[in-house]
Amino acid sequence: MAKYRLNINTKKLDVEVDEGTSLLWVLREHLGLTGTKFGCGISQCGACTIHVDGQPMRSCLLPVDDFVNGQKITTIEGLSEGGNHPVQKAWIEAQAPQCGYCQSGQIMQAVALLEENPNPTREEIKVYMNGNLCRCGTYMRILDAIELASKNITESV
Amino acid sequence: MNVDRSISRRKFLKSSSGAMLFIGASGLLPMVVSCTNEKEIQKQLKKHQLTAWVQISEDGHITIYNPAAEMGQGSMTALPVLFAEEMDADWSMVSVEFSPQEASVYGSIAWNPNTKVLITAGSRATKGYYPVMRKAGAQARYALMHTAAMHWAVPRTELATDQGFVIHEKEGEKISYGALVPFLEIPENIPDFTEEQLKDPEKYRLVGKHMPRVEIPSKVDGSAKFAIDIRLPNMVYGVLERGNLHGAKPTLQNKADILVLDGVLKVVPFNYAVGIVASTLEQALAAKKQLKIDWSDAPPTGFNSQEAYIDYGKIASKSAKGKIIFDIGNVQKAWKSASKTYSIDFKNDYVYHAQMEPLNSVVKVAEDLQSAEVWVGSQQGGDGKVGVPQALGIPANKVNVHLQYLGGGFGRRSMTDFVTECALLAKEMAPLPVKLIWTREDDVTYGAYRPLTLQRLKASTDQKGRISGFSHCVVGDGGNLAASGIWNDYYDIPNQFAEWRETSHGIRLKHWRSVGHAPNKFAIECMLDEIAMDHGVDPVALRRKLMVKAPRALATLEKAAEISKWDETSIEGRAKGVAFLQRSGTLSTGICEISVNRQTGKIKVHHFWSALDAGVVVQPDNVKAQMEGGILMGMGSVLKEQITIVDGRIQQSNYHDYQLLRMEDIPESVETVIIESTESPQGVGESGTPLVAGAIANAFFSLTGKRLRHLPFTPDRVLEVLNS
Repeated sequence: MAKYRLNINTKKLDVEVDEGTSLLWVLREHLGLTGTKFGCGISQCGACTIHVDGQPMRSCLLPVDDFVNGQKITTIEGLSEGGNHPVQKAWIEAQAPQCGYCQSGQIMQAVALLEENPNPTREEIKVYMNGNLCRCGTYMRILDAIELASKNITESV
Repeated sequence: MNVDRSISRRKFLKSSSGAMLFIGASGLLPMVVSCTNEKEIQKQLKKHQLTAWVQISEDGHITIYNPAAEMGQGSMTALPVLFAEEMDADWSMVSVEFSPQEASVYGSIAWNPNTKVLITAGSRATKGYYPVMRKAGAQARYALMHTAAMHWAVPRTELATDQGFVIHEKEGEKISYGALVPFLEIPENIPDFTEEQLKDPEKYRLVGKHMPRVEIPSKVDGSAKFAIDIRLPNMVYGVLERGNLHGAKPTLQNKADILVLDGVLKVVPFNYAVGIVASTLEQALAAKKQLKIDWSDAPPTGFNSQEAYIDYGKIASKSAKGKIIFDIGNVQKAWKSASKTYSIDFKNDYVYHAQMEPLNSVVKVAEDLQSAEVWVGSQQGGDGKVGVPQALGIPANKVNVHLQYLGGGFGRRSMTDFVTECALLAKEMAPLPVKLIWTREDDVTYGAYRPLTLQRLKASTDQKGRISGFSHCVVGDGGNLAASGIWNDYYDIPNQFAEWRETSHGIRLKHWRSVGHAPNKFAIECMLDEIAMDHGVDPVALRRKLMVKAPRALATLEKAAEISKWDETSIEGRAKGVAFLQRSGTLSTGICEISVNRQTGKIKVHHFWSALDAGVVVQPDNVKAQMEGGILMGMGSVLKEQITIVDGRIQQSNYHDYQLLRMEDIPESVETVIIESTESPQGVGESGTPLVAGAIANAFFSLTGKRLRHLPFTPDRVLEVLNS
């Protein structure tokens, strides 16, 4: 067991876990931030996507030991106040989720895309989102939601 | 309702201050209970075995219970909408909660009119609860009108309702449902509303309108609770190693070494697995990796899935029939008088559910081992107690199930193997709660798949080119898992025969979205196109003739042909294909347009159009979402997904070697048209998936003149067919 101080959703949080524990288990099982999901454990599905210093990363394969230098970790819970990020609002408008399990990861990935490229083409969206699986097959609506969010973000600038 | 109970109920009401109103329907006898103390209400509900579908508070807030599992198919909204429609509630004041998991109260009659069961499967939630929810809603409205009548001392028959208000037009009076709560009066009898007494579908205000799904906001901010998200004080973690040979018995070689690992609390033997309980999940998973297990042989030992087709073909050639599914007319006569006959084999490999939330549950068994609390995402099953009473040997009423959202079901969560496992671990650890998590590897290798089958179809045409006979022999394991969808009610073919021939390999099998429909409709729809092409007849024209006696089916065909511009030739390098089917009562036609990369063998679906008749559609946007999702899931299963077995061992283990459809694979458009109807609602969740294989294979046939007859159509198989 070792103690770790992490910077998550702008808060300093302390945990004591075995060395090498994945950030995903730390978030979910030790800190109760369960919006980030476990899907595959091998970085193939994207359900565990979080942001580290603004970059989308798969938390299932990240050892907690690598995040003690104040790196800014953002999870779905810290994305916005009351779920009102433009991407979240677009997700509701498009009625994108079905079972909803993969959607936190999809949204975190989409937010990173639009921060990098506020006005992506359909092909750019498909490439950027390709690592996030959705078994319910909501991809058409995810695409719609991203285009909608992109429109709302670029028009409001 | 007997007299004694009625009196005690009145006493109870008198002693309460009426801040909450519960309205329910227990069988034919609705009851109303009012109280401020929720615990007291629960006690009273239990005492009188009352049912409760709705609560109203004085501020007018209404909570409606949803009795069905919510796995993304929209029951959490559709069923309460039906209730609110008849109750004439103001939807903006409604919130929804899962009902208690008590089948005798909240069960559906979709499976058996005489037995209420809690099962969310077979696309039957809306269909099964359509009468139940509307009647309960109408009874709630009746109780409120009765209360207003007593309050105003006017005849109930002079009253009407309007979106959360009772209105007495004659006197110009109006009172909100919430404001009626303090005056609640229980009617002696609430009518058992008949269909004729319920609202005319033409007057629906909520049903059939765009109703955003109630739980979606919680699914975009991470707050929606799945069972895997449950955390309880003093909770410990369980994992099992089940191997990759179904039914093999483990002998653990290093139990002592495991027990001394950090955090390990217990090693629990199962006859097919070794369980570990540890203080943390990571400790449990680390210990699992250290297990040294010798596995016995098992029924699947020696079985090789890709070689099975040879044996299956031999089984199909035997003269002895299997289980006859239907036998109409006389196919033998049809063969004899035929001008042409066809015999074609179709095949499909095993596929896996791949629901995104791996199986898991949380169970807390009381210290005396006589009761249990369960948190689970389940498609339920029967009594709604998910197998825990049987696992623990305790009565059903000692098991309290807290249903959570399901991170995908697709049939896998209609099994309760994972809940039983967790209950057995929790029994060992009582009274500590145990969270059991399957890794993705566990979920894949110890899956319960859609069975591998071979289908031998025979058909004959007469001198005029009409299909005179059609027979379908499906060979595979699992009975209806292999045979569902084999029938052809909507095609006017005078002589038809269908049978299932059994095989058995000890591989775990289960309903997989649309069950046998996907492989069977693939075979049937491809067979029709083979005949159509052979006779130089357009595939839609052929089906149009076959549907002469099925106008509702025909309407879906015509609509799909219209929106896909079937009659117009596709651009160079593309072609369209069509398929029709009935699943869970819904009629649907799908048409897709594809191209194929002749170097890589990769099929690209550009567009998918569908038209369906599902009776009354409660949530049109959700029906479209179900069709979109079902079609995309179908595309994954048709183009990519494949479980293979070598010497009985499952060869795939995670998403790297069990490939699902990804964003790069999606079509440019998926368009769905709903055909208006006032008939009873039918199931939609499984209508899209089984359209895909036939539509793609038929488009491929049209494009290349070659036949894809073995699912999935992986690039290797496509190249092999193209080069044949």
